[in-house]
Amino acid sequence: MDKQTNQRGWLLVLPVVVIVAFSAILPLMTVVNYSVQDTFGNNQFFWNGVGWFSELLDPRSELGARFLEALWRNLLFSAIVLAIEIPLGVLVALAMPRQGWTVAFCLVVMALPLLIPWNVVGTIWQIFARSDIGLLGAAVNALGLDYNYTRDSFAAWATVVVMDVWHWTSLVALLAYAGLKAIPEPFYQAARIDGASRWAVFRTIQLPKMQRVLIIAVLLRFMDSFMIYTEPFVVTGGGPGNSTTFLSIDLVKLALGQFDLGKAAAMSIVYNLIILALCWVFWTVMTKDSDARGVR
Amino acid sequence: MARIDLVDLAHTYLARATSAADFAVKPMTRAWRHGGAYALLGPSGCGKTTLLNIISGLIAPSRGRVQFDGRDVTALPTERRNIAQVFQFPVIYDTLTVYENLAFPLRNRGTDRGTIDARVREIAQLLDLSGALDHRARGLTADVKQKVSLGRGLVRSDVAAILFDEPLTVIDPHLKLQLRAMLKQLHRQLDLTMIYVTHDQTEALTFADEVVVMYEGEVVQAGTPEELFERPAHTFVGWFIGSPGMNLLPCRIDGTAAVVGGHRIGLGRRYAALPADRRVELGVRPEYTILAGLNGGLPVRVRRVDDLGRVRIAKVELAGHPVAAIVPDGLAIDGEEAAIALDSNRLHVYADGHLVAPAEA
Repeated sequence: MDKQTNQRGWLLVLPVVVIVAFSAILPLMTVVNYSVQDTFGNNQFFWNGVGWFSELLDPRSELGARFLEALWRNLLFSAIVLAIEIPLGVLVALAMPRQGWTVAFCLVVMALPLLIPWNVVGTIWQIFARSDIGLLGAAVNALGLDYNYTRDSFAAWATVVVMDVWHWTSLVALLAYAGLKAIPEPFYQAARIDGASRWAVFRTIQLPKMQRVLIIAVLLRFMDSFMIYTEPFVVTGGGPGNSTTFLSIDLVKLALGQFDLGKAAAMSIVYNLIILALCWVFWTVMTKDSDARGVR
Repeated sequence: MARIDLVDLAHTYLARATSAADFAVKPMTRAWRHGGAYALLGPSGCGKTTLLNIISGLIAPSRGRVQFDGRDVTALPTERRNIAQVFQFPVIYDTLTVYENLAFPLRNRGTDRGTIDARVREIAQLLDLSGALDHRARGLTADVKQKVSLGRGLVRSDVAAILFDEPLTVIDPHLKLQLRAMLKQLHRQLDLTMIYVTHDQTEALTFADEVVVMYEGEVVQAGTPEELFERPAHTFVGWFIGSPGMNLLPCRIDGTAAVVGGHRIGLGRRYAALPADRRVELGVRPEYTILAGLNGGLPVRVRRVDDLGRVRIAKVELAGHPVAAIVPDGLAIDGEEAAIALDSNRLHVYADGHLVAPAEA
């Protein structure tokens, strides 16, 4: 009887298996397939073993150097973005009202940037930051600062970072706000009776209670910023030079610009593994402290 | 020292209160003497937590004054009142150790290290927490957490009153008893005023010297457990305290007797005539309502008999009104017909819920 039940169980998970196979496993296998072959077009493929991987991971090769550069660039970008968005998001959440009609208003305003398609965000900023006709770009130039993101790599970086902060700080703020709202009132009352300062309340109550949502926020923002493609592609196209060519932009250049499918496939796999590994590290480090997870 | 006076105090959560029903706490003047153990008893939503929060300063009253030893503290923020509060759900600072939790109120007030250390160890000793001082507070059980939050109140040497807001709600039954005993002991040991909010009459009656019963924002009676039992000032007290609650029979007063559905019940005292538009009830505790054989008193119809182990309670009907009565040992109940005898010294007359004093003895 038990045996029978188990067999039917397999049948029930079959749809999921099929969906996952088509959406994840098969495409991934295609990439794996490409990564071990070379092609000169015409659908002719030649076995290349781990050739692409060893070239990619060797910083002395042209491909390796290029990959490493894009990797560092991307890590720096993620670090800057996290360092700004997490504290800023928490600050915004702390400043948001707890009750009244302003709550709904704030939530709607905060959610707006999250609802805009990524390439639209890119287009908005591409125009907004232009030094000739863009409101921001022209204003900054009018103040006497030389700002042109198509010429100057610092300006390009600043534009991309500010754009990401504008786009995604809301997400962190909303998550942090949800965490704050979940703190029962007596915690604040007890803190008042204990004579706690604003800072002590933040340190001993709010931050620990927000810890779990902040872990989620850090993970989401890290993964997203590490995979960023659309917005910088629309605004700077990876330039000037290669200065804002992040990993995914580089990957697309390699795969679709140069049609180096093998190299690009190898790069995708390594890229993917790096994200997985970094997320695992983040998760382990950040949850190490909470020995009794799930217990309030 | 802390004698707490509430002077003409009232509170409403509404911006503009129009009727008495809008008040969570209706106007009251009340004194809590220094060193007393009080229980604030009442059903959910009767305003007891609001009253507590007003005393501790978490809520500013809409009206009236709060005085500590004659000093007006109404405008004083909670951290500057010498009061501590323990909440329904244990409030602890998760990321701190038990030691740091206990030291927290002192550190916030800038007490020096040596004093803090001595004081924390002393209180830990008192609460039997010495062994747990280095533990992270997060992993503790609910009862230990509650002790820690009590400890945070006791650790301040200036604290003269501790307010408890249903502190044992989330504690296991067998630990409740222990903690309650500990609270009583602490009250004797330390010279503190304690106000204990609860909706559990057992908790209130065992903890307090004086029980203050609240109902719909009003204090309906304050007294010793015995007074509440023997002479409820309000039908709510009669019903809320005691298990089962007091029997209440709609009646008409006729001189020295109450008339319930055609039966005259002697009151032993003369009452003045009451206006016809008032709801008049005769109250008597089940403990003083004894079931008897057929001709033993007022004829009743037996509906059910509950054996509570220690005592048997009969649910009967007197002229259509439900009454609970004690079944004496050895009395066999045969059929539905029986009678009840009421102790005439324990009868109370209520008009619109409030106890009516007899006109003469």
